[in-house]
Amino acid sequence: MRDVAVIGTGMTKWGELWEKSMRTIFVETALLALKDAGVDRIDSMYVGSMSSGLFVGQEHIASLLADYLGQTPVPSTRVETACASGGLAFRLGFMEVASGMSDVVLVSGIEKMTDVNGYEATYALGTAADQEYEGYHGITFPGLYALIAMAHMEKYGTTREQLAMVAVKNHRNGAKNPLAQFPFETTIEAVLNSVMVADPLRILDCSPITDGAAAVILCPVEMARKMGKPIVKVIGTGHATDSIALSSRKDVTWLEATYQAGKAAYEMAGKKPEDIDVLEVHDCFTIAEICVMEALGIVEKGQAGKAVEEGLTAMEGKIPINTSGGLKSKGHPVGATGVAQIIEIMKQLCGESGERQVKDAKVGMTQNMGGSGGSAVVHIFEKE
Amino acid sequence: MPTPSRYWREIPQRYRFETNQCAKCGLKFFPPRLICPECKNQELEEAKIEEKGKLLTYTIIRVPPHQYVDQAPYAVGIAELDDGVKLTGQIVDCDFDDLKIGMRLKLEFRKVFQEGESGILCYGYKFVPDEL
Ligand SMILES: [Zn+2]
Repeated sequence: MRDVAVIGTGMTKWGELWEKSMRTIFVETALLALKDAGVDRIDSMYVGSMSSGLFVGQEHIASLLADYLGQTPVPSTRVETACASGGLAFRLGFMEVASGMSDVVLVSGIEKMTDVNGYEATYALGTAADQEYEGYHGITFPGLYALIAMAHMEKYGTTREQLAMVAVKNHRNGAKNPLAQFPFETTIEAVLNSVMVADPLRILDCSPITDGAAAVILCPVEMARKMGKPIVKVIGTGHATDSIALSSRKDVTWLEATYQAGKAAYEMAGKKPEDIDVLEVHDCFTIAEICVMEALGIVEKGQAGKAVEEGLTAMEGKIPINTSGGLKSKGHPVGATGVAQIIEIMKQLCGESGERQVKDAKVGMTQNMGGSGGSAVVHIFEKE
Repeated sequence: MPTPSRYWREIPQRYRFETNQCAKCGLKFFPPRLICPECKNQELEEAKIEEKGKLLTYTIIRVPPHQYVDQAPYAVGIAELDDGVKLTGQIVDCDFDDLKIGMRLKLEFRKVFQEGESGILCYGYKFVPDEL
């Protein structure tokens, strides 16, 4: 296997982009990544997208987007694992370059979610759960994470305030991210007084509906060196599955797929949780960040709420989590999220994060998951 | 949401609590499966799920999907039945304040939702408190 580097990134401001179509958002973003990498050709491309069919009524988008990027006839592949589509697209791009099949690969993620109304968006997102045995009974996505939160609070004593602290921390980081959809700070009081969506989760515990894309360029490390690029190597990758129905799991508070994907990535990279300097995780709901910290071994089972309260994961803490603002503040165009997480880590490791820069960050990790945790993708990066 | 054929296929599970179990290790599934995820055995036998169990976790849905708008707010939980089967369903005939993790529940056959103004009525199981 060849060593692989990330040599370019592209991302535009996320939000409700009514004036822009899916293809326009994609092409603007991908062009930024190509320019940043300094390449004028690609050998192949991957697009992570959860549900372009339900959100914009368009399938077959791999070829559509290759065409509008002016890249036909290069092979283009769409990847879907619900909200982990972007992270998985990256893993496949990595594998293609590592294997020697291609030298320059563009990996992107996109979701255009605001062309449909709220009910249609809720339905589209809901298809990431078991439609016959969860959706049928009226459970929603916030509802599934609420079931996890309620069980975590009962089992470990995690408090309502600790959940709110995740949102407060991520918004504090996101307020410094010019590309974030909601770049403002919030308070524990504001979270606790926001509208109840599914007890105990309130609207400010939830990531928003977002239009957006993200793209990166991968190539062999040796090629990146010849081009004079700063070398950020992909040193670990892991991908795992679990039952998509929450009820089928042994313990609803435990994200086994994230644990397994993390284990594979740590082993490949030869790293341990304590080696990670900066981490982006899938905080689609505040409770998700708590459970992910435990599954990745950042803290012991049941200790994440307390760790957040003590500031372990704040910008100035021992292991800053979601310096980008996370899904919570930056936004969550589902298919794009996994790729945007990688961009944040890339910028951190290159010392280009401005006000959000984590001092001396050398090793970074991303964790992206689909549905209520039925799929998970983890990557570890190191700056040479 | 469900087309008639898609709805009809789930009737044995939803109406009559029918399922199957692994003939080798005895693990009971819900819904039925074709291979045991634990021991990979494909020899299966018919079974029914227990109709009593306890509440593992719950929530109250305040922002519902479209076909549930006239029911909100409503409680949904995951129950573990006395045979170890776990399943998701609505909890009814119970004040929200009386919901408690660990409470005893039983399954009842109820109308679950109606598909639009003149669509099919969708039935299935719901959880109700089990007075001991
Ligand atoms: Zn078995």
